[in-house]
Amino acid sequence: MMFRYALRGRGDLAEWRDAARGFIAAGIVPDIIEWRTMDDADGLFGFDDNRLPEPSPHYRPASVPPAFIRLAEAVICHSDPTRFALLYRMLFRLLHDRNLLQIASDEDVVAAQRMAKTIGRDYHKMTAFVRFKELPLPEGVAGRRRFIAWFEPDHFIVKRVAPFFERRFNDMDWLIATPKGSASWDGTTLRSSDDPADKPDLRDETDDLWRIYYASIFNPARLKVKMMTKEMPKKYWKNLPEAELIPSLIANAEAQVLDMARRAASQPLPFHHRLQEAAAQVPEPDRAPAGTLAALKEEARSCTRCDIYCRATQTVFGDGPVDAKVMFIGEQPGDQEDLAGRPFVGPAGKLFNEVLAEVGIDRQSLYVTNAVKHFKYEPRGKRRIHQKPNMGEVRQCRWWLTQEIELVKPKLVVAMGATALFSLTDMRQRLEDVRSEPIAMEDGRVLFVTVHPSYLLRIPDEGRKAEELARFREDMNRIKRLAA
Amino acid sequence: MKRSLKERLAILSDAAKYDASCASSGTVKRSSSGSGGLGSTEGSGICHAYAPDGRCISLLKILLTNFCIYDCAYCINRSSSNVERARFSPEEVIWLTLEFYRRNYIEGLFLSSGIIRSSDHTMEDMVRIARELRTIHNFRGYIHLKTIPEASAHLIEEAGLYADRLSINIELPTDAGITQLAPEKRPDNIRRSMGDLRLKIEDMADPTLQTKRRRKFAPAGQSTQMIVGADGANDATVLGTSARLYGSYGLKRVYYSAFSPIPDSSKNLPLIKPPLMREHRLYQADWLYRFYGFEIGEITSGGTDGMLDLDLDPKLAWALGHRERFPVDINKGEREALLRVPGLGTKSVKSILSARRFRKLRLEDLKRLSVSLKKVQPFITAEGWTPHKLVDRTDLRAMFQPKPEQLSLL
Repeated sequence: MMFRYALRGRGDLAEWRDAARGFIAAGIVPDIIEWRTMDDADGLFGFDDNRLPEPSPHYRPASVPPAFIRLAEAVICHSDPTRFALLYRMLFRLLHDRNLLQIASDEDVVAAQRMAKTIGRDYHKMTAFVRFKELPLPEGVAGRRRFIAWFEPDHFIVKRVAPFFERRFNDMDWLIATPKGSASWDGTTLRSSDDPADKPDLRDETDDLWRIYYASIFNPARLKVKMMTKEMPKKYWKNLPEAELIPSLIANAEAQVLDMARRAASQPLPFHHRLQEAAAQVPEPDRAPAGTLAALKEEARSCTRCDIYCRATQTVFGDGPVDAKVMFIGEQPGDQEDLAGRPFVGPAGKLFNEVLAEVGIDRQSLYVTNAVKHFKYEPRGKRRIHQKPNMGEVRQCRWWLTQEIELVKPKLVVAMGATALFSLTDMRQRLEDVRSEPIAMEDGRVLFVTVHPSYLLRIPDEGRKAEELARFREDMNRIKRLAA
Repeated sequence: MKRSLKERLAILSDAAKYDASCASSGTVKRSSSGSGGLGSTEGSGICHAYAPDGRCISLLKILLTNFCIYDCAYCINRSSSNVERARFSPEEVIWLTLEFYRRNYIEGLFLSSGIIRSSDHTMEDMVRIARELRTIHNFRGYIHLKTIPEASAHLIEEAGLYADRLSINIELPTDAGITQLAPEKRPDNIRRSMGDLRLKIEDMADPTLQTKRRRKFAPAGQSTQMIVGADGANDATVLGTSARLYGSYGLKRVYYSAFSPIPDSSKNLPLIKPPLMREHRLYQADWLYRFYGFEIGEITSGGTDGMLDLDLDPKLAWALGHRERFPVDINKGEREALLRVPGLGTKSVKSILSARRFRKLRLEDLKRLSVSLKKVQPFITAEGWTPHKLVDRTDLRAMFQPKPEQLSLL
């Protein structure tokens, strides 16, 4: 025996759901139900057929995954007459196979997903291509502005899309009329109907401005008509005010490009020459007196001695009082230092500050700098991975470090890590061999070597990390005594 | 005589069209329901129209003015150009934005400007437009402001409170290129401004101590644009710069803009057709870097002189050069390996990973997932399918190469 069931079929899931529930309750297999829409059903068979079978006594109400309901809500809007049967078949199969929806390559799942995708596209195109036209208020009447649009969707989506327009166009009254229903908003209530509406006769002067914009934003040198029609198919053109320009824009594109070529490079207007003269007369900004730390810093801003500079954000010069007794030298700025333009402000800088505070050294009294003044790194997705500067780069950058030392004249120079040590002594030594002891330098200064705080951050083992941190703290205590 | 609004709209949108970006995506969800304002943003942007150049029109993309004291060779608005000049008042920009928005022509405003008098003066007007749209007109649509690298920090900060996205154009892939073609622009200033923006965005995204609320600052992040084909930089250089920009400043997008001949073009530049295919390949390579786990070096190593193959998409070109990595078993291969199969996108890979937990996948399954069998066949094994020696065929490249175009009669 065949069951026949007719639905209004205008995008309402509830009517299908009620019927489907009835068939499921009676255990009816999909093959023996013939689903129709009422429009098609007229005359073929009467509404008498629209009766649901008696529920089976063994029936226990079954649930479906929420993903199926979401899918069905979209599929039901499709105008394909097979949608009811497809959904019922899936519902029936879901009772035995809960994972059905995850089998993305299953024939029914593919068909339903394809319909849902079509609905998504129709929805999206409606949000894109509805064009409101203003219906001016009668003269002397104050109130909310009123707008009307005519649109022709392929599927029964008006009710589904209406909330989008409410969220967007809240402070004006609007009505969207379509052959598949209409929706309206008056500031308090969102109404929708699935009755076909008539096309209103509308005109809006602002469309002229929009057409001017559309024609002017088009670049005739990059004609790609296929790309346009793929995203804005011709079926939408009749209701888009700008579309009437398309044929002439395409036809004139080549001539426009040729015209551009012909008009190439004319003589600039006087305006340009006045600007150039004015720019030439702008006095050089005040410079710090030569031979000072400020002047050196200024000069270092445009350093191009090695190739790192154009990959980094900026030169990160030393920071601290010009008469500091102690100078700390690290390796190179990191990610945070590169952005902020100041040394030791990132994670290693935080650790450095913490240890200084613990042993009672005032960071403000120190001159803190790096052996290399630009950040060297390797981009890895959204991050930058630190790269060790090579010997050539360290040697080039020594130019700046040497002058910093000469100007600040610190009593004690602290090299944190091997790169700083190499920069100061040109020797590649094991850190352990020279660490923690004051070393007399040729110029009468004292050198002290310790590890770089970022080394401490990289130790994975917590126990060892604590040990190393304690050693670093001891070093800082020695530095404090040496500086006193 | 002062030009009409229509005339100025024509001039100032024509002046803005060489900026490729028109995206209105990636911002927070906002709506005007409840508040009684105008506008919403829903995560993904909407293209309200397409011009015959195939580009999406999503925003009202205009210049506040095209008077400019800079003389950048590639720019239609450079001071030595003879284009017609015009300017809008801030009120006019606000009016146009709102009226266009009400008719559902646009998602919002993308405002840029030539530099007049000083950077701060220009930036102040731009910030005022964004502020008044938000605070006086209760506008909740999308706002993208092109910021000016030299503008004061407080103006940038205010801009970020009202705008969804801020951008600064890097303009050209190398410092040398910028110095040569945009003599008034300083590459280090551009980088520093991008760095400042990233710090500000990160700082504002941290919950405050008292209220634990995250403040909103340019929620759609920052982007930039690079002009391709105006200087001699090759694709490896272009992509290397992009990778650094993504890594350094957390950019949401780098836009590539094939250098397009402009009216009254500078003598320093070639008047050629814009290299559209090159631009397309760069976008594909950019995608491979960001979403498919490719390193820039891997993508560019196969080409000659650091240029991508114009005939083949970069993933296919890479696969043809690394045949030892294929075929990949679609029923067992790891996600990373599947992502490298020509013809499989992130979505189809996701579907494959989900479906293969329940059944052994055959070529028919892939076909139902809308995968192009012609493209994937040589590179995969599936239930009931092995490509045999297909992947070793010497004419494999020829199978994919576009047919030579026949000469047409004049």
